[in-house]
Formats: sequence, structure tokens, C-alpha cells
Amino acid sequence: MLSVESLSAWYGAARILFDLNLEVGRGEVVALMGRNGAGKSTTMKAIMGLVARRQGVLRFNGGDISRMKPYEIARRGVGFTPEDRRIFADLTVMENLDVGRQPPRRFADGAPAPAWTPGKLFALFPNLAEMPNRPGGRMSGGEQQMLTVARTLMGNPLLVLLDEPSEGVAPLIVEQMANTIVELKKEGLSVLLSEQNIHFARLVSDRVYVLEKGEIHWQGTMAALDANPDVQTTYLTV
Amino acid sequence: MTLNAFLFQALNGLSSASGLFLIAAGLSLIFGVTRIVNIAHGSLYMLGTYIAYSFATKIGGGLGFWGGIIATAIVVGMLGALIEFLLLRRIYRAPELFQLLATFALVLIINDAALYIWGPEDLLGPRAPGLRGAVEIFGRRLPSYDLFLIFVGPAVLLALYFALARTRFGRLVRAATQDREMVGALGVNQAILFTSVFALGAALAGLGGALQVAREPANLATDLIAIGDAFVVVVVGGMGSIAGAYLAAVIIAEVKALCIGIGVVHFGMFSVNFSKFTLVAEFLVMAVVLIARPYGLLGRPQAAVRSVAEPEDPIRPATPLLKALAAVVLALLLCLPLLAQNSPYLLILGIDVLIAVLFATSLHFIMGPGGMHSFGHSAYFGLGAYGAALLVKWLAAPMGVALIAAPIVALGGALLFGWFAVRLSGVYLAMLTLAFAQIVWAAVFQWEELTGGSNGVIGVWPPPPFDKASVYFLLALVLTVIGVLLLRRFLFAPFGYAMRAGRDSALRAEAIGIDVKRVHWLAFAVAGCVCGVAGGLFAFAKGSISPETISVGRSIDGLVMVLLGGIQTITGPIVGASVFATLQDMVMRQTEYWRALLGAIILFLVLAFPQGIVGAVAQLFGKRRKGQTP
Repeated sequence: MLSVESLSAWYGAARILFDLNLEVGRGEVVALMGRNGAGKSTTMKAIMGLVARRQGVLRFNGGDISRMKPYEIARRGVGFTPEDRRIFADLTVMENLDVGRQPPRRFADGAPAPAWTPGKLFALFPNLAEMPNRPGGRMSGGEQQMLTVARTLMGNPLLVLLDEPSEGVAPLIVEQMANTIVELKKEGLSVLLSEQNIHFARLVSDRVYVLEKGEIHWQGTMAALDANPDVQTTYLTV
Repeated sequence: MTLNAFLFQALNGLSSASGLFLIAAGLSLIFGVTRIVNIAHGSLYMLGTYIAYSFATKIGGGLGFWGGIIATAIVVGMLGALIEFLLLRRIYRAPELFQLLATFALVLIINDAALYIWGPEDLLGPRAPGLRGAVEIFGRRLPSYDLFLIFVGPAVLLALYFALARTRFGRLVRAATQDREMVGALGVNQAILFTSVFALGAALAGLGGALQVAREPANLATDLIAIGDAFVVVVVGGMGSIAGAYLAAVIIAEVKALCIGIGVVHFGMFSVNFSKFTLVAEFLVMAVVLIARPYGLLGRPQAAVRSVAEPEDPIRPATPLLKALAAVVLALLLCLPLLAQNSPYLLILGIDVLIAVLFATSLHFIMGPGGMHSFGHSAYFGLGAYGAALLVKWLAAPMGVALIAAPIVALGGALLFGWFAVRLSGVYLAMLTLAFAQIVWAAVFQWEELTGGSNGVIGVWPPPPFDKASVYFLLALVLTVIGVLLLRRFLFAPFGYAMRAGRDSALRAEAIGIDVKRVHWLAFAVAGCVCGVAGGLFAFAKGSISPETISVGRSIDGLVMVLLGGIQTITGPIVGASVFATLQDMVMRQTEYWRALLGAIILFLVLAFPQGIVGAVAQLFGKRRKGQTP
């Protein structure tokens, strides 16, 4: 689905990412793990084309997206939910969803991607169904987190980049986010999520890449990571 | 004033408010989405009047009057789309200051284009069919066209409101106003969105201008008047707020209408003519609003725009080579009176250049190291010049006294205006400084008894031996060198470090104990004071001073000088001012269309040399040095 070859990125003169290689298969949930500042969010932004300077080869759904602008990448079927959520505070829930609306898409083999409607999303996130006309700025952190995922799904993506979905929200919502990811996987979508919390990653992920200082230090299945306490203590525990 | 007259005047105000609203709404929409303050918006409005005139009198037989108005809005909208496509698209990531200058360059070019196409005469269009009469209201006759205009504003306000609230385009516009990057990440092509918003804003300005055709003649001065008014309206109402723009348009128009309505009032021995306060009044309203609500009546603080530019290099002391070069140049300048005995023109040019250097260096002091982009530096130039000239005129003060008074008067003005200005930043600061400069200009222009109004003050000649160009040149040289060295000394003192720290991170600077506002306020005052010397020198060099020499054009000249040289170094403004003043004296006055030429130069600079002449040279050498030592 997505293949990333020697991806590097810079903020100003500072290099943040060093030749990352990673793959996300169709229908696969992959976790990018690492401590604060390891480069997880920057990887996501770089894939989305939101970093001013980046290098590397990015292939998605059979096409090259290395030189595309963010909107073109989104139109290819990459959905991005940022860590800071970036809800349009003045727009209502329905309006936020409408801004995310895009035409239906197909996978490279011609199979249609799941198409989302506000109704379908309200079934997935019942909390949002209760407040269709509430402005985004007057929602709790957890509600905003759901809205940002729902807004991304309105674009009918094939792959969702989920940046820290469990960060700063109540345990109940964390559980709901995990269920959502499992649900997306069932629909046939791929998910690349960044995560610090191994308990959350364990619930949903098939494979894991471990990042430290902008480089990938370990990769393997979730089960392999679970069986490897050394990697966990070296790169993940605080 | 009777109640009836008062109400009638209020109606007059409402009909002017509609025009103000149309132009301000477009400006506000464009700023909200693209974050560009389009100074050329007044020019689009002016073009609207001219194009509507042409439609009505020449082309538009088939369209009729109203068809011509609509056609004008469409034509101006398409022109706006073209401007966005060809120019603005290239500078969305450039620093704010460059965007302001680029759109100002368009003002110059459009103005000369209009001069070329329609000529310098005022052009009065036909009256609107069906609305030629007048209606009797409150005992006076109100033209029915004005009555019609009263309803245009609210009608457009409602239409815009529904478009923004109920259409997908409107939702995208509102979303992009808050976070345009996120809108792009959701798959929306920002380029198309930006172009269409710019076209819509331009069409509104064109419509506003076109509707004036039946009321006022098309005039080449409309562009700057309209943009000044629109700035005030948008800032008072709150950037990006359409409802705020209407509210502010009504307030400003009413204040102006009432000033005219009140007329001359006698307070015991004094009589005050309020109709002369129209220019000052609107800027006073703006200053009051900005102080009480820095983001306008219905505005809200703008989200910090994510900076994409690389951080500036720190200012370093000049290298020995540069110092030696400066010494050689100085020595040559000292010998200039001897070398140029047979060409007095060279000395006059030299004096102009020195005054420009002092003006530009003082502006650079607050712009570069201070990070405050003043669009009203002419105020302190004007205060210095008028301070000196009026002392000579009314008190017959000798030149020495007048030249000492010039910086003191400017210092007073800078202390007063600066106190307000340092409380704002970015485009709001740019507009507030512009407003203060307009207040100074308006006071000088309208206070005829003291300042001679538009005729200015004449007969301010220096006494012997300074009446000889060579001696006056040396005086200007000495004062300029002292001024520049003084500013340099400030920059390399702890005060200068504090100033730059406050610019780069106000929060962190305050956390280590720097009172950022106070430091920037003092910097503002120092710059104003030095600028006052330039003003004083100017008055005696020309023997006269008039309002037009201290108008907004001079402020913009200063900005161009600083950018031309480059904002990152102290050498920048000196080189920039010298090049600019020489060009202006030698080349630009040769052609009738020098404004368009200046505009083209600014556009070229902004697009090709975003770091200025000195910056480009430094970069060239810097690259070479890096290449030698890999």
C-alpha cells in the first residue's frame, strides 16, 4: 500500500529524519513507536508533504507521491489526523465533516474503498451524533479526537495516518479509539499510527517500527516486540 | 445642529458606509484566507469607477447602466484572479513585509496604468436611470441614488453571510481562515480556493467602485484614500470578520458625516471647525479601538502563523575590510565639495542621498533589529521638518536652534505614537503606524492657520555660510555620520541585544527579565528622534516643506530603501538609500510614469532579491567560502 524509501526531513537547518524505510501493507495496522522527539510526528508530516524540506521515495497505491503537494497526496487516498487535532474551531461538527468530504476512491486493483457518510460516522462515533451543530471549539479533547478521525474518514482514504490517537484523552475514549482502529482494519483500510503507549499499540497493531533520534532501530511483529523486553527498555520505557 | 439635520446627516453616513463596506469586506475576506493585506485593494476600487465609466459612456450601449455595473464587478474580479495567479502565488511564503510591498507596487503600477488609459482629468459618469431624483427626508432632499446605496451594504452583507454559512465554498473559506494547511491536508486544492477568494474580494471592490460612478467622478487619487479608509474599517471591525466590517463602516462613516454636519462650533472665544476633523477623526477612532481591543470590535486574535522562513543570522560588527571601505567612502565624501566645484547638482544630489540614508537607517533600526514594520515613518520625518520650519516661520529661530528642535519634536511624537504601537505586532502594527502618519499628515494639511495647509511653509533657507551647497553638504554629512554611528552604537550595546531578543522571542526575553515593550518603545523613540534630524535637514535643504513631502509615499520610499539594501545588516539601509535616492533623482523624474517604474522595481526586488542587495552579495560570498572549506 505505502512504501517509504530513505525518507529524510529537515526543520530549517536541523535534520530530523535519517533515511527511514518502512512499509504498510493493505489492511495492515502498523505502529511507529518511540519516545517524545523520536521523529514519529515528523515522519507522518513528511509522508503527507507537510514538511518544507524532505527527501526520499514515497510510493502509494501504485503511484509515486514523492513530489506531490499535500492536497494531491490526500486525493490519492492518504488521510491524516494530526496529533494536535486541528479542528476548525468556528465550524460545527457537520461543517467540519463537510470540509473533509471527498469523492469515493478505489484501490489500485479496482476494488472500491469504503465510502463514508456522516450517518455512517455517527454510528461509529455515537458521541458526535449527539452534537452535530456544536462548534468544534466547544468540544472536549476526546470529542475533538473523534471528530478529527471522522473528518479524515470523510475523505474516503485508503490509508489513515493516525498521530498519537491515545494522547491526552480519557481512558474510555482510548478504548473507543482502539475499537475504531480495529473497525477500520475490518473495512479493509490500512493504518499507520504513532504511539508511545505499548498497551494501546498491543491492542491494535500487526507490526511495529521503533524510532529513536530520527532513525529506525528495530522492526518486527507486535508479538516479537512483546517478547523482547530489551528493545522495550532501551527505546520505549520512560 | 437641529435634530432633523442630525438625522439627515446620519442617513448620509449610512450611504457612504455601503461603499466603505464593499471594499473592506473584500479586503477582509482576502486577508482571512491568504493572510495577505492587499494594499492594491483601493486600486481595484478605483478601477471599478473608471471601468464603469467606460462601460456607461463608451462600450456599454447594450448593457445599460446596471449591466455595466455588474460587468465591471466581473472584469475587476477577473483582474484580481490574474493578480493572484501571476504575483501573489509566488509570495505566500515570503515575509509579511514583502507581501505588503508587493501589493503596494501594484498600487503604483495600476495608478499609472489608469493615468495612461483614462488621462489625468476627473471623469464624471452618467446618473443612474430611475434614480435621478431626490427624496424629501427630515426636511432636506436626499438623492434617491444615495437612498438606494443605503440598502446595498446590508444586502451584500446578507448575501455574503449566507454564502459563507450555507455553501461548501463558504465552509472552505472559513476553515482556511483558521488553518489553511489542514484544509490542504484534507484534499482541498488551496491554489483554486485562494484564487477564487481573491477574485471575489476584487469583484466586491470593483462593485463598490462601480456604484460610485453615478455619485462621484473617477479620480486618480481615489486608490490611496479608499485603501486608507478600508484599512481603518477592517482594523476597527476585526480582520476577517465580515459583520465587523459593516459595523465599523457604519461607525466610521457616521463619525465623518457628523463632523461635517457639526461644522463650526464656537466655544466662548474659540471657534472650532469640525468639518476639518474628518481625516483625523477616522484615524482617532481606529487608534482608540486598537488600544482597547487590539484585534478589532468583532475580531479575534489570529493564530500564530507557522513560520517557514529560516531564522535570521545575527547582526555582526563590520569586518576590517568593510570598515576600511567605509573610511575610504567617507574620505571621498569629505572631498566631494572640492571635487564637485563645477557641478553643483552633484552636491544637491549628495545632500538628498545623505538625508535618505539617515531616514532609512533610522527606519531600519526599528524594522530590522526591532522587528517592527512601521508603515508610517514619514510621521517623524514630517514632525522634524515642520518642527524646524515652523520655528523659523513663527519665531524666526536661527537654523541651529531649529535643527536641535527637529529631533526633539520628532522624539515627542515617537514617544507618544510608539507607546501605542509597541502593544501590537505584525500587520496591525503596520496599520497603526500608518494611521498615526496619516494623523500627522492630516493635521498639517487641515490646520492651515499654523502650517499653511497644502501650500506648506516656504522660505526656510539656511543662513550663510550654510547657504552654499558645499557647506550645507558637509553639515549634512557630519549629522548623518553622527546619527548612523549612534544607531550602530545602540545595536551593539546590551540595549540592542535586548531589542533583538525581544524581536526573536518576546516570551523568552521577558522570562529573563527584559521589559520587551519598554525596550521596543525606547527603540521606537530613538529611531523617531534620528529621523527628525533628517526631516530638519530636508526642510533647510529645500527651503520649504509641504504636506505632500511627508505623505504615505515617503514612508513607502523608506521601506523600499531598507529592502533594497537588505534588512539583515546595517550596511543594507545605507546602500539601499544611496541607490534609491540616486535612482529617484536621476532616472525616475525623467518619465511621466515613474511610479509604475518604481512599482516594477519593487516587484523585481521582492521576487528576485528577497534579501536585498547587501544580502545577495553576502550570500554570494558566503556560498563561495563554504565551497572552499567543505
